[in-house]
Formats: sequence, C-alpha cells, structure tokens
Amino acid sequence: MPLLAALLIGMIFGSGIVLAGMANPAKVLNFFDIAGSWDPSLAFVMGGALAVTLIGYRFVLRRLRPAFDQGFHLPARAAIDRRLVGGSALLGIGWGIAGFCPGGAIPALGLLRPEPLLFVATLLAGMLAARQLKKR
Amino acid sequence: MTEFTPWSSLAGGALIGLAAVLLMALHGRIMGVTGILSGMLPGAAAGGGRGWRLAFLAGAVLAPLFLTRAFGLEVGFDSPVSWAAVAVSGFLVGMGVTWGGGCTSGHGICGNARLSPRSLVATLTFMATATLTVWVIRHLIGGI
Repeated sequence: MPLLAALLIGMIFGSGIVLAGMANPAKVLNFFDIAGSWDPSLAFVMGGALAVTLIGYRFVLRRLRPAFDQGFHLPARAAIDRRLVGGSALLGIGWGIAGFCPGGAIPALGLLRPEPLLFVATLLAGMLAARQLKKR
Repeated sequence: MTEFTPWSSLAGGALIGLAAVLLMALHGRIMGVTGILSGMLPGAAAGGGRGWRLAFLAGAVLAPLFLTRAFGLEVGFDSPVSWAAVAVSGFLVGMGVTWGGGCTSGHGICGNARLSPRSLVATLTFMATATLTVWVIRHLIGGI
C-alpha cells in the first residue's frame, strides 16, 4: 500500500510538472530572461504549489504521525552557513545554464528525449562527486 | 519564445503541491527530488528504505509517458543549449543540491511551506544566481 501510494503521488507530481511547463527547459530559461524573451509562467507554478503546500502542511503536520510511518521525517538542520548558500548558488548557476532542475528533469525523462537523460546522468555524477568531497 | 501559460502553470503547480501534501500525510516525507534521488544512490544511508523512493520516481517518469503516448497530450519540450552545456549544468546542479541540501522542490516548495529560514535563503540564492547566469549567457556572451 505505501508503495502504490508513492507511485500514485509520483504520478501526480510528474503530471503537475509537465502541465506546468517545468519539464521544458526553454520555458524555464525564459522565466529567468527578464531582459529578453520573458515568460512569467513559472511564478504561477511556484505560487500554486506553495499555496497548496502551505495550507496542506498546516493540517497534516498537526497530526501525530503520517499514515504509513511512526513519525514525520523533517529536516533538523537550521544552520544558514556557507555550504547552504554556496551550494544553492551553484544550483542556480547550473539551472540557468540549461534550464533543468532535478524536479523538472525526472518527469522529463518520460518524454523520451535524450537531453533529460544526459542531465540526470551528470546530475547523479555531480551528487556523488560532491558527497566524496564532503567526506574529506 | 515560449507562450505565457498562467492557468496551466497554476494548475500544474497546484498538482505539485497536492503531491507534496500527500507524501507528507501518508509517508511523512518531504517531497524533495534531491533528497529522494540521494537516498537511492549507492552508499546512501537510505533512512526508511529505497522502496517508496523508487516508486515515487517511477510514477514521476511514467505519468508524462502515459500522458503523451497513451492520451496524446502535447507537451512542449525544447532544450535550447548545447550537449556540453547540458552535461556541465547537470554536474554543477548535482554538486549544488548536495551541498545546499535541496533543490527547487525540497527547499523551494516544501521548505518554504514550512517557513524554514534555510529554505528561504536557499531559494533566494538559487533564483538570483539563475537569473544572473541567464543574463550573462544570453545578453553578455550571446548564447552557448
């Protein structure tokens, strides 16, 4: 049951991403191109997603536990440090180069085009490389 | 040029939010694609197992596949930069999300919905550097 639910939730997420236009790198890049071919659509994606999650979390996190687990797994880190800012800055640079982010690229794999596959492969390589460097 | 699509983008965003709320209500998990992918990688301390992660990722890939192949939905897709740029971008994003502890879904949606100061800082940072990067590439360099 938890696995089937996760599959369905993934399908809702993937449908939302393609409907929103987040799986289209050209659209993402145009959102950032304020001085050029600006397409403000992604502000509506962010707005819609945030509004629903903000309200939904209010109700969900008030409960004692989720349906399939003993407790909620919430991030404990609170530090705003160089790693957070530097990592996020790097994420933005990469996002601005090609218009793919992890949440957009995974559903884009289902469109059977080569670029998302290349992005996800190098994304995983970057994640493994960063983890190795972090260990030192 | 891409067409301005306020309604489908708002509806898509709402679906993304619905998925985030459901994953928290049922599995008690943050819907961060970075965290979910990271828990699947070899050597990861996959707290709570790999099963739900794999199921979520499979669903995320299968939905667009069904929507386009079985139902004939037209989904715009255009990757306007070179292969090399896509590869470099993937590597940078991979390192960035690992150090930053999340991406547009984990920090941008779930973290901000929890009013996490970390996520707000992360979001403002990556939005700013992405905007700056696009400006430099398109208006200063003239494309890659």
